[in-house]
Amino acid sequence: MEKAYETVIGLEVHVELATKTKIFCGCSTEFGGAPNTHTCPVCTGMPGSLPVLNKEVVNKAIAVGLATNCTITQNCKFDRKNYFYPDNPQNYQISQLYYPICRNGKVEIEVDGKKKWIGIHEIHMEEDAGKLIHDPYTDSSLVDFNRSGVPLIEIVSEPDMRSAEEVIAYLDKLRMTIQYLGASDCKLNEGSMRADVNLSIREVGAEEFGTRTEMKNLNSFKAIARAIENERERQIDILEAGEKVVQETRRWDDNKEYSYAMRSKEDAQDYRYFPDPDLVPIIISDEWLEDIRAKQPEFRDEKKARYQEEYGLPEYDADILTGTKKLADIFEETIALDANPKKVSNWLMVETMRIVKEKEMDADDITFSATNLAKLIKLTDSQAINSTVAKEVFEKIFDEDIDPDKYVEEKGLKTVNDEGALRTTIEQVIADNPQSVEDYRNGKEKAIGFLVGQTMKAMKGKANPGMVNQILKELL
Amino acid sequence: MQITDEIIDYVGILAKLELSDEEKEQAKKDMTNMLDYVGKLNELDTDGVEPMSHTFSVHNVFREDVVVNGDDRENMLANAPEKKDGAYKVPRTFD
Ligand SMILES: [Zn+2]
Repeated sequence: MEKAYETVIGLEVHVELATKTKIFCGCSTEFGGAPNTHTCPVCTGMPGSLPVLNKEVVNKAIAVGLATNCTITQNCKFDRKNYFYPDNPQNYQISQLYYPICRNGKVEIEVDGKKKWIGIHEIHMEEDAGKLIHDPYTDSSLVDFNRSGVPLIEIVSEPDMRSAEEVIAYLDKLRMTIQYLGASDCKLNEGSMRADVNLSIREVGAEEFGTRTEMKNLNSFKAIARAIENERERQIDILEAGEKVVQETRRWDDNKEYSYAMRSKEDAQDYRYFPDPDLVPIIISDEWLEDIRAKQPEFRDEKKARYQEEYGLPEYDADILTGTKKLADIFEETIALDANPKKVSNWLMVETMRIVKEKEMDADDITFSATNLAKLIKLTDSQAINSTVAKEVFEKIFDEDIDPDKYVEEKGLKTVNDEGALRTTIEQVIADNPQSVEDYRNGKEKAIGFLVGQTMKAMKGKANPGMVNQILKELL
Repeated sequence: MQITDEIIDYVGILAKLELSDEEKEQAKKDMTNMLDYVGKLNELDTDGVEPMSHTFSVHNVFREDVVVNGDDRENMLANAPEKKDGAYKVPRTFD
């Protein structure tokens, strides 16, 4: 009989915090600078340099901890994790082992309508490493320390997940929570959110966990799902062959859709953690905690419920709108400019999402302003432009954030409400299309649609459709 | 504490040091001496004493989140044994 296996998954998620400066020095965290232009003696590990903690890192870590139901360690410290690697100039990473800033949290996820809590073991603060670029001309590695010292939090879950769907729901929950906090943009493809998957399998009903492996280099939700499926199969094959799973770190290659072991067994994994003597303890007072608690924003679930209740949006719409912070922001800002919530939702749900899909972009990267969307809605409300023109203008707003008032004026896109001009055009259309006129008169209601279309074409789309219909019927 | 040959070899690997046999013998002696010296503390009763990481009673030393460092690449790279394209050049390293 075939054995049934259960997959047990825990995640280590690194998130780059959106601070202006690095965790221990006043260097910029800005992305994309020329190599080593955002470095100083501290973040390149020069002897004699001393780290000073960025208070905003602590604020953001506490905010994420509170949002994920953690207990905040009110007396916490930094430790040194010792290892040699060229991207780590100090030969140790400043991290937290003994007193991580947050512990014992949980977040609720939903998969196929079923709700489940995923435990968070701890969240700790640490610094990012530099970046190694392989130089094919000299067959050497080039080190850029611009990312060295960028603040990270590492969120360590309990081994509570059982499927790729649960993993993705958990990651999405973390991402939305952290984005709403403004603590990070959490982009997997750009590395501001990184997930390492710890996976083991065991026979269904077994109490003990199996030997786990850790999978790295997962840069998209799709890669994570594929890697989990692949690793589950690999481990089952090993067990079925009567062999043992080796505890190791594996690197996922998404192009080849397979993983390989990263470090050899001879490589000692002994980090010899000890308290960092350069950094004094952090004592977080009750007042400090309360201050951050009071500033927590409205999170996705609350927002979603409010959109349904306050604006009467369907659950599906509320889900999409709150599923990207950027969309929720534009939605609320546009409403604040007196636009009708249902109309704003409609523009975001239909046209915006259509273009986002067409361009294969992330809704987070939308750049148009609420001001111009509100203006566009006013133009349609007052029937100054018809819906066809409005869609055209919206594409311009989406791409270049143009001012629709000016654009419509300059391009002469206003709907022609001048009855005389319309009547002349329609008379011409009737004269040019005797067959359709005949059909209509013989009871083919649909024929009028063709005539409306011809009229709109002749008017370059600017006619008021209601008026066109009315005049056509009258003349026929 | 007894420092064995295995411990010396292991510490050598961790510290990325290649030691000759004489150096290993010397290191063994030095490490034994150091640990014996610190071992004196084991004579004290430390039940219920919180582990201490700092000897001074200072806490919450913070910096505001303001960029104060500009581009100082030229100076930073002045110490690099080898450099290329504004980066530190090191032996080829795999991830
Ligand atoms: Zn720096």
